[in-house]
Amino acid sequence: MPPLLEVTALRSGYGPIDVLHDIGLSVDAGEIVTMIGANGAGKTTTLLTVSGAVRVRGGRVAFDGHDLTRTPAHKVVSLGMAQSPEGRKIFPRLTVLENLQMGAFTRTDKPAIADDLEKMFGLFPILKERKGQAGGLLSGGQQQMLAIARALMSRPKLLLLDEPSLGLAPQIVTQIFDIIRDLNAKQGMSVLLVEQNARLALKVAHRGYVLETGRVTLADKASVLLNDPRIRAAYLGE
Amino acid sequence: MTFAVEPTFWTAFLQQTIDGLAFGALIALIALGYTMVYGIVELINFAHGDVFMLGGFLALTVLVLCGLEGLGVDQNRIKLDDLGLWAKAGLIALCLLLAMPFCGAINFGIDYMVYRPLRTAPRLAPLVSAIGVSFILMNVGLFWGGAQDVNFPKLVSDDNLLPADTGLRLTAKNAMVFGVTVPLMIALTLFVRFTKLGKAMRATAQNPTAARLMGINTDAVIGITFAIGGALAGAGAVVFALDVGTISYTMGFQNGLYAFTAAVLGGIGRIPGAVLGGLIIGLVRYYGSAYVGESWTGALIFGILIVILVFRPTGLLGSPTREKV
Repeated sequence: MPPLLEVTALRSGYGPIDVLHDIGLSVDAGEIVTMIGANGAGKTTTLLTVSGAVRVRGGRVAFDGHDLTRTPAHKVVSLGMAQSPEGRKIFPRLTVLENLQMGAFTRTDKPAIADDLEKMFGLFPILKERKGQAGGLLSGGQQQMLAIARALMSRPKLLLLDEPSLGLAPQIVTQIFDIIRDLNAKQGMSVLLVEQNARLALKVAHRGYVLETGRVTLADKASVLLNDPRIRAAYLGE
Repeated sequence: MTFAVEPTFWTAFLQQTIDGLAFGALIALIALGYTMVYGIVELINFAHGDVFMLGGFLALTVLVLCGLEGLGVDQNRIKLDDLGLWAKAGLIALCLLLAMPFCGAINFGIDYMVYRPLRTAPRLAPLVSAIGVSFILMNVGLFWGGAQDVNFPKLVSDDNLLPADTGLRLTAKNAMVFGVTVPLMIALTLFVRFTKLGKAMRATAQNPTAARLMGINTDAVIGITFAIGGALAGAGAVVFALDVGTISYTMGFQNGLYAFTAAVLGGIGRIPGAVLGGLIIGLVRYYGSAYVGESWTGALIFGILIVILVFRPTGLLGSPTREKV
């Protein structure tokens, strides 16, 4: 079976600068895959390019039988890929409820959307409490939960998660990662995870890629990477 | 037994209030187009006033084609006195029905052809292009209606709808202004607040990248925003032409400037702000000409604008909710 997401020799960037030179990675159905790397290695750009928000300059992106290389971002969601972007990017003056509704923008099955809304409120009870408040008034952790819940509202086969732990208290990070692991184990949702906290990411993921200046320099099982002395020295602070 | 009320200070003040609110409601309708477009693409669409102006000429052309006198056509014309109330109302409805999509389409077309290719260009490029489009449309208006003020058929009378003993005048024209502008503003507010497309418009305005990641076709949403803003200007043009009785190719510049000021005053990008700003400008204009002097109204309006912006640079209702990072 071909992988759910397959990225080959991907090149992209901003203005005159190429950020990604040669990214190759894949995510199988039911897998959690993580990308680790230093600031500026191209992790966020990889996610944005995969989901069409940044234009592909070379190479290929294939997802679930579709060639996404030239597909604009707004058409990617309905194919089953959703992103919780870096910095959360929630809509600050939309209410929590409206933010979640925007996550389901491409869907038309109203009863099922209402069901999923209840599920999100089950996963993140604080969002239910605050559903009438403007998203911009939530705390950082609550905004992160909202960003993830919003992405889940499209019922994605693949969730792209960018830095879910950024700036959050450790117990909230644990809570969020437990939920991610749960969604993967119980619903078979695939996850492509970008994380500064490499240890955490490698513990959750099945496989991992190491990015350096726009290239994949290492790829292996997460458990192998976790014990690789080079990784331990460079990314795990040992 | 009824008393004839003496024209006291308060009746005069109330009268200025009625007239000011009517003018303000019209300005607010135009201001909405500026503010919606600014809210979503951070561009001052200088051509907006001229789209409004073209709406006036379209409405006049429609009436002339229906057999009324205007635009230099005066042979075998229908007399206004021969038209019943319903016929006049029908003609007004027809004008609105045609001017709104017409102006909506022009505004959409401007965005599609001029602003959209410049979406990622430096700010100055679309801004200067907007000024250019404004001049082009003004010249179209000049070609269409000539350099002079053009008479617009008086389909709405100046008859007072209030009993004479109140000492106040609420004319049929006033009622027409409120009757068109208020429902449109309410409809727009409800649309933006509650419909899926309205929410997508707000989402696009607040974070276009995130909106695209939600599956929102932001280019389409922006195009629709231009179309809606244009349509409101089209309705405003019909109302203005009926109220004032003449139109000219410069009316877009004058009223556009008032409306743009209203949008900034209320907090550009905020829909309730445009309405509030419009009403304030209308009131200041009428109070100003009654109590300060006609020739000072412009100075008053812009003086107030400057004072408010000094203390609230984001406008009256523009309180930026900061995104937590």
